[in-house]
Amino acid sequence: MADFLINTVGLPAWLAWSVTAGVAAFLILNVIAGGALVFIWAERKIAARIQDRLGPTRTGGRFGWLQSLADGIKLLAKEDLMPEGADTLLFRLAPYVSFCASFAAFIAMPFAFDVVGQRLNVGVFFVIAVLGLEVFGVILAGYASASKWSLFGAMREAAQVVSYEVPLGMCVVVPVMLAGSMDLVTIGEKQAGWISNWYVFHDPFTFVIFWVYFTCAVASVNRAPFDLAEAESELVAGFHTEYSGLRWSFFFMAEYGSMFLVSGLAAVLFLGGWNGPIPIAELAGWSDGSAATAPYAVRLLGCANLLLKATAGVLLMMWIRWTLPRLRIDQVMTTCLKYCTPIAAVMFAGVMLWQLFLPGGLVPGTRRGAISVREGWLENQAVEPLPPPAEEVSVSNSSGRQLAGVAD
Amino acid sequence: MNLVTDCLLPPPQGALLLAVIDWHAALFLLFALVACGAAVMVVLTDNVVRMALHLVLSLGATAGLFFLAGAEFVGSMQLMIYVGGTLVLLVFGVMLTAQTKLVALQTPPGDRVIAGILAAALLAVLVQSAVSIEPWRRPGRAEVQPPSATPLGMALVGVRVDSPAAESESRRRSGYLLPFEIVSVHLLVVLVGAAYLARAKRRRTPRPIDVVASADPPPPPQPGEPERREATSVLVGSGR
Repeated sequence: MADFLINTVGLPAWLAWSVTAGVAAFLILNVIAGGALVFIWAERKIAARIQDRLGPTRTGGRFGWLQSLADGIKLLAKEDLMPEGADTLLFRLAPYVSFCASFAAFIAMPFAFDVVGQRLNVGVFFVIAVLGLEVFGVILAGYASASKWSLFGAMREAAQVVSYEVPLGMCVVVPVMLAGSMDLVTIGEKQAGWISNWYVFHDPFTFVIFWVYFTCAVASVNRAPFDLAEAESELVAGFHTEYSGLRWSFFFMAEYGSMFLVSGLAAVLFLGGWNGPIPIAELAGWSDGSAATAPYAVRLLGCANLLLKATAGVLLMMWIRWTLPRLRIDQVMTTCLKYCTPIAAVMFAGVMLWQLFLPGGLVPGTRRGAISVREGWLENQAVEPLPPPAEEVSVSNSSGRQLAGVAD
Repeated sequence: MNLVTDCLLPPPQGALLLAVIDWHAALFLLFALVACGAAVMVVLTDNVVRMALHLVLSLGATAGLFFLAGAEFVGSMQLMIYVGGTLVLLVFGVMLTAQTKLVALQTPPGDRVIAGILAAALLAVLVQSAVSIEPWRRPGRAEVQPPSATPLGMALVGVRVDSPAAESESRRRSGYLLPFEIVSVHLLVVLVGAAYLARAKRRRTPRPIDVVASADPPPPPQPGEPERREATSVLVGSGR
């Protein structure tokens, strides 16, 4: 977009880059804030239906569409309280830390081919790393509130998130291994085509590991049945007991933002990303199969696809929340250490063996791009009889130089 | 469209401030200032949690520097390991010092002197090495290709795809697999040790039947059993 602005519109470079960054930031912010509004409304309706009641029905017509907006106005108007013994600076800072972590992780999150804030070469890793920072805001909040409920909640959250990062990381490595890249755009693009190309259907092991990932994702964003940090039957409201008004709503936005993020990540890593179950665009002849040259309408379709999948993930989390009872802390730890981690490890080994012995899938030739993905490996195999130096230079692609430059 | 751009474009002589600033350098300075300032604040603060906050700020700004340099992998690593590690440190710090109300973390004057000497020595080394390297050459925009972590990952599984062909075949084949495995085993040992130290220590009052049983001559023990029993008794003794 910046290039378009510079070359076609003729803006100076600095302005073009600023406009581009501003547009991206604006869009991401609205995905989180607007998404939170919609999801909170949806959660109320779903919870109500599951519990055999109606939920909001009055504000904004028959279905209570405007309930979240009304709540938002109420939150804005609420008094901003701070407990007597609170650590003022940390108490004020904590909600923003949580929210910023959730927001920053969206930078590397692709919504369609190249529709991404910043295409990072290590996108998966970046998202996981930044998402892990969200817990820092929770710990700060728990400590700074000067309330034992808050501190208990924060400690539980810390223990839980740190534990669940282990199986989560193991699950995330599997699609990375299949795609041969940590770039989320590349991973999504590798799953183009029919639904059988999605990594969740790649082999039995990935199917299992997808559910392990989803469990760990629910735990790492602190949703029921893993919401021990705010267990309202024991800890009042956990880490945000002392918060009110806008600061409290920042925590909520962070929570819904991360729910959407991990669901989107699940969609990109396992559920084909922005590729629909049926390659409509290819069948209708709108694109020739390569995403880079596809018209923008196709990307828009992909965007809708991804949003749909991520929303489905969030709705699934809500369904789980209102169906399962909350776990105890020891049960949470047992789930992580005795079930999720070993299952993830075994499945990881299984995927590895599958790739080794059945790289083309059960029916050879049906899988697209299964071989070509490991570019480094194949190039290395290809240069076995020590080729002329010129070719070798092209093999050692840019990053070697880049890394060397950094090391300097 | 021309109208818009004419309004926005700076006049040639009185160039707009925004267009003149070297944004790369400005951001570098910003991140560097945050990193250094927060590092100083870590030293000056007494409160453990605020210290951790400043440490996280400092390390996060360092990650920002890495991102600015286009080293996304190193930057993410910095976030994951150092910032996440500080988090764990904070949790354990709070847990271990919870008796003293966390408020005042007093450092003895002797420690301050030692720490000052150490810090000064480290600073001298760093400054010396920082000024002794050649000036950095900034590549033009055309030169910069999208970086990739693939060679690093391949090297970690034992295949070097990044070394030039001029080097020997054995050099090209030697990856980082062995160091990686050694480090993994070390970390595993640390993990097991941590789990051992952190396990629930129950005070065990010996039941009469155990006392009677221990009075009997013990059966020939398995190798390694006496040490284990000894360690357990030490821990039980020091537990509460």
